[in-house]
This record gives sequence, structure tokens and C-alpha cells, in this order.
Amino acid sequence: MAENILEMRSITKTFPGVKALENVNLDVRRGEIHAICGENGAGKSTLMKVLSGVYPAGSYDGEIVYDGQATSFGGVRDSEHVGIVIIHQELALVPYLSIAENIFLGNERRGRGGLIDWNLANAEAAKLLASVGLEENPLTPVGQLGVGKQQLVEIAKALSKDVRLLILDEPTAALNDSDSDHLLGLLRRLKEQGITSIMISHKLNEITAIADRVTVIRDGRTVETLNLDAGEVTQERIIRGMVGRDLDSFYPDRVSSPGEEVMRVEGWTVWHPTQDRKVVDDASFTVRAGEVVGIAGLMGAGRTELAMSIFGRSYGRDISGRVFVHGKEIKARTVAEAIENGIAYATEDRKKYGLNLIDDIRRNVSSAALGKLSRRGWVNGNEEIKVAEASRKSMNIKAPSVMSITGKLSGGNQQKVVLSKWLYADPEVLILDEPTRGIDVGAKYEIYTIINRLVAAGKAVVVISSELPELLGICDRIYTLSAGRITGELPVREATQERLMELMTKEKESV
Amino acid sequence: MATTAPPEVDPTPKEPATAVALHAGTSDLRSLLTRNMRTSGIYIAFVAIVALFAVLTGGKLLAPLNISNIVLQYSYILILAIGMVIVIIAGHIDLSVGSVVALTGAVSAVLVIKHGYPWWAGIVAALVVGLAVGAWQGFWVAYVGIPAFIVTLAGMLLFRGLTLQVLNSVSLSPFPDEYTKVANGFLNGLLGGNGYDAFTLLVGVLAVAGYAFSCFRTRLARIKYEQPVESFPLFVARIAAVGIVVMLFAWQLAHARGLPIVLIILAVLIIAYGVITKRTVFGRQVYAIGGNLAAAQLSGVKVKVVNFWIFVNMGFLAAVAGVVFSARSNTAQPGAGNMFELDAIAACFIGGAAVTGGVGTVIGAMVGGLIMGVMSNGMSLMGIDQSIQSVVKGLVLLLAVAFDVYNKRRAGASR
Repeated sequence: MAENILEMRSITKTFPGVKALENVNLDVRRGEIHAICGENGAGKSTLMKVLSGVYPAGSYDGEIVYDGQATSFGGVRDSEHVGIVIIHQELALVPYLSIAENIFLGNERRGRGGLIDWNLANAEAAKLLASVGLEENPLTPVGQLGVGKQQLVEIAKALSKDVRLLILDEPTAALNDSDSDHLLGLLRRLKEQGITSIMISHKLNEITAIADRVTVIRDGRTVETLNLDAGEVTQERIIRGMVGRDLDSFYPDRVSSPGEEVMRVEGWTVWHPTQDRKVVDDASFTVRAGEVVGIAGLMGAGRTELAMSIFGRSYGRDISGRVFVHGKEIKARTVAEAIENGIAYATEDRKKYGLNLIDDIRRNVSSAALGKLSRRGWVNGNEEIKVAEASRKSMNIKAPSVMSITGKLSGGNQQKVVLSKWLYADPEVLILDEPTRGIDVGAKYEIYTIINRLVAAGKAVVVISSELPELLGICDRIYTLSAGRITGELPVREATQERLMELMTKEKESV
Repeated sequence: MATTAPPEVDPTPKEPATAVALHAGTSDLRSLLTRNMRTSGIYIAFVAIVALFAVLTGGKLLAPLNISNIVLQYSYILILAIGMVIVIIAGHIDLSVGSVVALTGAVSAVLVIKHGYPWWAGIVAALVVGLAVGAWQGFWVAYVGIPAFIVTLAGMLLFRGLTLQVLNSVSLSPFPDEYTKVANGFLNGLLGGNGYDAFTLLVGVLAVAGYAFSCFRTRLARIKYEQPVESFPLFVARIAAVGIVVMLFAWQLAHARGLPIVLIILAVLIIAYGVITKRTVFGRQVYAIGGNLAAAQLSGVKVKVVNFWIFVNMGFLAAVAGVVFSARSNTAQPGAGNMFELDAIAACFIGGAAVTGGVGTVIGAMVGGLIMGVMSNGMSLMGIDQSIQSVVKGLVLLLAVAFDVYNKRRAGASR
């Protein structure tokens, strides 16, 4: 048996006008956990799609050697047949079907007469669930599970196909810390059972913790493969490979000089739209001019709900509490009123809630403040182009022109379009929900720089983030949120990850 | 195989070469066409279909009288398609327009024919009924949140039933002459001319001049704002092509009966709605809602208000179509406008509107409607049976949407 389970040699894949991959080489050893990292748009996902047959043989150049044999896949079925299973970033589960139905979807357990043997399927599903450490009834609809558990169902599904090489695309991007830990633990156990894994991830701490080797891809080329066993490779070392330069630090420096209070929220309480419970419970906080305030909380703590309910009551029912902007109470019942009163909210899910993906950069940038570009309902299209062009330059959005369709941009550039949109609306307070989720290190740094530019101009910024180091790196003050309640407020110099985590997990008793 | 690349410092983002090409002015016709396949494909198809039927009918299709007949026959479908494309761009559908055409025509007929009100009172009443119908449907779609498919399916039954009630299930005719002029009248002989109508030609010349002027102004503005423009020869060629087509069309009309009044109505509506969809905040918001409803909402678009007015507008245009149709047929019948909704919807989709919303243009829908019109007319001239015509139209609709889906997939694959 060859030492390498997989060798991809000189893979070149071109799309009309773009060379997505150029002479990429990848060796994966049998039984290892192999991480792939690189900036967004570097070609990681494309490479995995070549490997799993999403792009069939003939649509790319180069050679795939699997298990010592040159192979070519005509489609996903071919690659699954030999035990290569890919789990995409966007989970491919049907929410209304049960766990068992999802696991055996397209791979049904047939009994007599070709009919599905549900008893067999459910029993096998229960075994698979046990092996991934998920205690759920196989008959539970998948839609009732959280993202973390859904991820485990995906892995169970892969195991049902006798997986030998498991590919995970950003498996922990949407998971909270404890779910991530569970998943990474599971990968280690699978490794002990001899299953090889390839993991695409932006989370370098996870890579250094779990992977045996890491291959860095930049601009469609292999940069290097690093061996992590010795423990000498640091996160900084990997970053240098990814961006091709040393980042002085993750976070740009900023002189903090908070001024007057810009927004104050008092006694904010929000009920769940359909269930009988409070999602946000008596929350109060303030933001000052030139200040970056962080809101830390675990998934489900009510961070997004807090922000969206303040932003023109976009979430929840029976909202009570008061919001002041520059000392004046505002009653924003619609998003339009919130924007008029100087509040802006950039969503955590830019594809779903932030952008019109089938439209161009220009119209997305102007969409929140068309009033500024129009007189009596008539839009000045030329002025609009000028505005968008200015944003493209100042935000360093990498696109041929402002007429480029936003759906075709990389995550980081899409996020810059979302930010451009809100900057053009010129708010007093900008609430950023997970502003750097799923984007690469270089773009993250640029976004931090933009935030700094904003506060330097006297704006107030609220940042919601799951990544504590990020909050510690860019904020002046951090509030912690647990189960809808503000459980603490710390100036950044007193805050540590441990201290924040303690407050974030604090139960109901008062602060 | 661990190779360590020297870390390169590259602080300036590379401007892709395409940007340079764009700013230099695109003169490559082929790249221009392929880039805009979705929008330009429809024009090519239209020209091809006109040419095909012109040959198959031995030139009868393009005869002066026939051209003005096509305009008269399909005007109400085109008017409906204007409203429908806006509904479809916003991601809705309206199945009730055929019934609304019948209802508005019926109300007008009852007032004018039965009760002897003046002809214009019938038109006003029809328009008011149309607006009320639109407000009713807009209320259910926008404020109650029922899918437009259901609301307008209910409306289809509801307004057909009301038509029967209003008409007592009998046809009413005839309308006074002034009323029928709306659909059957011509402006002819205002400026004289021997064997042709000079006024029609003058209008044609003015239209071409206006088009050239507005294109030129747009071009100047784009240059001022440093935007990519097509190369000058191509720009002139485009205006010349449009000018030739319009003048040929006007020439043929001038040799038939002159300028149809309904064509003037249609032209005004097309220009007005073309501008509304492209240049106004309202138009923008329609596209935004259809493109990504949630994002539009979180950008401060008052989705409910916009949706409401989209349906009010559809009701208004359905009423205009109702007036034109009743005037053309010179009667109000309980079964009037049956299946019009499907022709209007088909026109939009053939004209490049996306089934999922967010994409589509008024001009595209007009060309789509004309493709249907030219095909029906051409096949009728050839003596092809109605049943075959229906089969062909169905296939064309299917192919048009298949083309759209294929295009989208191609666009997606070039990621």
C-alpha cells in the first residue's frame, strides 16, 4: 500500500477568463488529518470540487492518483463509490426529513420488492449516530437540530457511505466553541479508525491543534506544505504563507479617544416571534462617539436578535425599552426610520440578508440610501456610479468595475460591498454583526482598518462577534450577553478571554 | 514536496485587465453580444422570427395593412405585459388580469351603453375599478402576506364572477364611435400627403431624433463620469439600426391607415414605464425586492408599500387594457379577456424576465409579446390551425425559459 492515499498532480482548472487553479499539487498521507488553508478565492474549494468529481474529469488538466491508481471521476457518485465524501460548507440536508431519511437519502436501504426497509434504516442510523456521538432519535426532523448537530448528521451520512477520505469545507465556521470541540474530537476518533480527512478552514488555532500537515494555497497555486507534528509551525508562520507577507499584527493600532455618548439603549426586552420566551431581557448599553463596543455572547445568547430588534424592529414581538441617539429618544418602527435616525446594521449573513446577489456592486452600494442620490423619486444614475466607484477604490473592493455582479465576488469583497452600503448611508451608529465571518486574514485586516477609520471620524461602532480575540483586538469596551441578559461590561484592558467566557456563560442571577 | 515560496510583498491590488478594456471602450461586437446574451438574445430571436415568417408568408407579414393589424391586435396584451413584468420582477405573479380586463370593460359598457353616460365617463369608471381591484389584491399580498399566486387565483374567479353579475351574463354592444376610436382609430391626413400619411412619417422622424438625442446625452454623461462607453462607430451603428427599423415601420404604417391611436398610448406607456423601472427609486426597489427580499427589507425598503403599489399599478394597466379591448371588439362580453394573463406572463418570460424575480425589463417584455404576436399572426396568415398554433406557442415559451435557465447555469459556472 502506498504511503499516500491521494496525490493530486499539476491540477489546472480554468474558468472563462480566470485561471482558478494552476499546477496545484497535493499529497495526502493515509490516515492523517490534512488541512488546507488560503485566503478566500485562493482556490481551495475549487480544488476539492475537482477531487470529488463536482467538476468532472476532462474539465481540468492534471492527474489524480487515489490509492496508488490514476483515477478520474465523472461525477460525485464516482468519487463516493471509492470512498471520497465531501461535506460542503452549506449543509445539504433536507430540513423536513428525519435524520435517518437524510442519512440514507440517495442511498436507501432497500428490503423486499425494492421498498425501503425503514426498520433497518432507522436501526443503522441509530448506530451511526452513536458513532458520531449524537444522542438524537433518528426519526427527529433535521430542521429541529442546531447547526452543530446537523454537521454531525452530515458526518454520519458520510460514514454510511463507507467513507475513506472525508473532505470538510469549513466545518466549524458556523459552530460555537463547544460544538467545534466536539467536531474536532470526532475527527480525531475517525482518524484512529483509519479515516483520512481533508479539512478546509480559516481557523488557524484549530488547524494547529488538530491537523498533521497543512497545505497552503495562494492565488490558485500551492505555496507550501507544512508539517505540524513537531509543533514548531506557528499560526503566524501559516499566515505568512497565506498572504505572502508578514502581518505586523492581526489588528491595526488605533488611538482610542471616545467622545460623547451617541446611542443609549435602556431596558430593551424582546420576545421570540413565535415562542413564549424572552430572547432579549432588560438589556441596557451605551456607545460613545469614536468608540468600538463589542458584544460577546455564545450562539443563541440573543446577540443578533438584540441588534435586529433595535434596527427598526426587524426581529421579535412585544418589544419594550427605549433607544436614545444623541440624547434624543427615537422610536424606529421600521428599518427606514432606523436609518433616518442614524442607525445601521450590517448583517451576519451577507448572502441571505445583506446583498442582492444578482445585482451589481453599484446598486447594492446605493440601496440603503437611494434618497441621497435622488430628487423627487428620480435616481441620478451617473452620480450613483461615481459614489460606487469611490467606494470601490476606498474600500479596495477587488472587482473589474462597479458593474460586477456581487454574487460573483469573494466573501471578503462581498463584505466590503455591504460595508460600503452602510457607510454611504452615513449612520451615527454602525452595528456590525460578525463582520469577518468566513473571510480571510488579509480581508479581515482591511475590515478592521475600515472600522478604525470610521471611529476616527467620530462614528460609534458596535461589533458582535463569536471570536473573542477579535473583540479583544479591536474594541474599547465589551459587553457580555448570556441568555438575553447583559451579564457584564469590561473595558478592554481588563478583559481576557477567560474572564469574558466566564461572563458569557453566567446564568440568570443579576450582575 | 514542501516548497517555501519567498513571501512577496504586493501592496497594490492588481487591476484585472478587463477593467482596462472596459474603459477603453468596447468595440468588439462579439464580446458585446456574448456578454449580454440574456438581453441581446431576445432581439436576435425577434429578428429571426420576423424574417422567418416574412419568408413563409411570402412577404404578407410585412405588408402595410398587416403590420398595423398586429399592433391593433396585440396592443392589449402588450399593455398587460408592462404591468406584469413589474409584478414578475418583484417576484410575484398575477393570474387575474384577464378577468380584470373583462370586469373593467363590462363596467364601462354598462355605464356607456346601458345608462347612456358619455364615452369618457366609461373610461374613467373602468380605470377607477382597475385601481380598486389593484388595491384589493395589493392589500392581501402586501399587508396580509398571502402569496400573489393565491390572491390572484382567487381574483381570477372573483372578478370573472363579478363581470357576469355586472353584465347579467349577456354581452353589451355597440359602443359609441368615440369610444371605439381608442382602439380602432387612426391619426391620418393631419398633414396631408399623397397616398401616404405625412404626419405618421413626421412622428417617426421625431421619434428617431428623440432617441438619438437621448442616447447622445447619456453617452456624454457617461464619458463625463468616466464610465465605459461603446466605441463611436458602434454607437452610430446602433442608432442607425434603430432609426432604420422605426422609419421602415412608420413608412409601412403611413401607407396603410396612418398612425393608430392605440400605438400612441402604447408608446407613451412603454417610455413612461421604461423610465420608471430604470430611473426611479420605486423601480429600483422593485428590482431589490425581487433580487433579495430580506436584504431589501434590511436596507430600508418599505416592502409592503412597494408591493401594494405594484398591484395597484397592475390593476390600472389591466383597466387600460380592458378599455382598449372592449373598444377594439366593440362589445363587452362575460368571457372577454380569457387567458390574457397567460399571454402576458408568457411575454415577460420570453422577454427575459427570471422566474425567481429580480430580472426583467419592460422592453424585453414588449419584444417577448411581439414575438408571440408575430408568430400567431404569421401562422394565421399561413392558414395554420389554432390547435397547432397553441402547441407552437407553448414550445416557444418553454424554450425561452430553458434558454434563460441555461444562461444562468453558464453564468454560475464561470465563477
